[in-house]
Amino acid sequence: MDLNLDAPHSMGTTIIGVTYNGGVVLGADSRTSTGMYVANRASDKITQLTDNVYVCRSGSAADSQVVSDYVRYFLHQHTIQLGQPATVKVSANLIRMLAYNNKNMLQTGLIVGGWDKYEGGKIYGIPLGGTVVEQPFAIGGSGSSYLYGFFDQAWKENMTKEEAEQLVVKAVSLAIARDGASGGVVRTVIINSEGVTRNFYPGDKLQLWHEELEPQNSLLDILNAAGPEPMAI
Amino acid sequence: MTFTIPIDNGDALKNAEADSQRTLYPYVTGTSIVAIKYKDGVLMASDMGGSYGSTLRYKNIERVKAIGKHSLLGASGEISDFQEILRYLDELVLNDNMWDDGNSLGPKEVHNYLTRVMYNRRNKFNPLWNTLVLGGVKNGESYLGMVSMIGVSFEDNHVATGFGNHLARPILRDEWRADLSFEDGVKLLEKCMRVLLYRDRSAINKLQIAKITEEGVTVSQPYSLKTFWEFQAFHNPTAGAQGSW
Repeated sequence: MDLNLDAPHSMGTTIIGVTYNGGVVLGADSRTSTGMYVANRASDKITQLTDNVYVCRSGSAADSQVVSDYVRYFLHQHTIQLGQPATVKVSANLIRMLAYNNKNMLQTGLIVGGWDKYEGGKIYGIPLGGTVVEQPFAIGGSGSSYLYGFFDQAWKENMTKEEAEQLVVKAVSLAIARDGASGGVVRTVIINSEGVTRNFYPGDKLQLWHEELEPQNSLLDILNAAGPEPMAI
Repeated sequence: MTFTIPIDNGDALKNAEADSQRTLYPYVTGTSIVAIKYKDGVLMASDMGGSYGSTLRYKNIERVKAIGKHSLLGASGEISDFQEILRYLDELVLNDNMWDDGNSLGPKEVHNYLTRVMYNRRNKFNPLWNTLVLGGVKNGESYLGMVSMIGVSFEDNHVATGFGNHLARPILRDEWRADLSFEDGVKLLEKCMRVLLYRDRSAINKLQIAKITEEGVTVSQPYSLKTFWEFQAFHNPTAGAQGSW
């Protein structure tokens, strides 16, 4: 079995951005892999660009980091010049500029989400190639393949903040269950007019899915708890 | 505005990776565009899909856009390249307006500009991965043309891109007439789009039809077509030959 520890760091990933009635909720898993090895099991893939705009990163860890670093730098200057917070649309277009003009070299899919006073909560998907698509919700990363059907069924307009966050956590958790390149914890970031809230859902606190079992400390606990016929089926 | 991350990887002739300044393959793609001239101008139909390989990833992409006052541009192929072309055309139209001389770019001029852009990119081995359809009306004259990603450019009474070349053009060759009314034109396009829906894997059932006349551009709301599955032969096709398809 070839672990290929020299493979570039890739965030296989599941990333999600969802608009709700008043803002956006961004969500992601926390697994960064180098070939078959999990280089970081608690990565933070939801990166800040400005006070009110964040980006979910997927694909090559290095590419997504350098793109978001450049855009953070450009937005900082833009904010100084503009005299007020940058809009989500401008942030998305700066990401697009880099993604499109360097499409031959970059391998990163991004979801830009935030809140500004002109348009409220907005989500922009920027897949490989540098297309920009404004969407009510966006999914990305290798784990997203398992979520198209889920969102087709579960998504509704005008959710509350709580409904939106629960949907995101459930979705990332479902993707982690099936995608080997996604795992770890579920991180969410909620952005609205009031500000930004970060949340953390450790792997063992998530709902159990098909053929998943309740985690135990040890077999011994099961044997001791069971009763007179512990090995009976 | 362009920002290319500064990288020096040497001589493109000797060094394989240095040849990174060429587009090799598309990522998010749109499928066919079908367009016809009719009595009052031009009609153009497209679906709203953006495919990512075999996944039907985006279902709300507008692939037909108004350009200036007199033209409609439809694109199939890589969507990011189409978005970039729209930016080029924004600049072209802006500069045209800045002359403030009462004149405005007609469809023939826009088609010519696009042909130059596409052909020059092809010569640099860095094509814009699109097939474009340009239709419009100026001074009572209807215009319809097409440019491919390698710069092949021509005008015709009816055009189609992608799968439409194989499935729609035969229908159009048979049934197109110069004096088509709006209703007949729409029905003809819908006939083509329905066939594409049955037979093109990357087609989705959500389309828009755009109209351009001397008065201006209208793009319809997105809508879906009914499909027919009730042929007797479809009910039990393998009854006589179990295991066949």
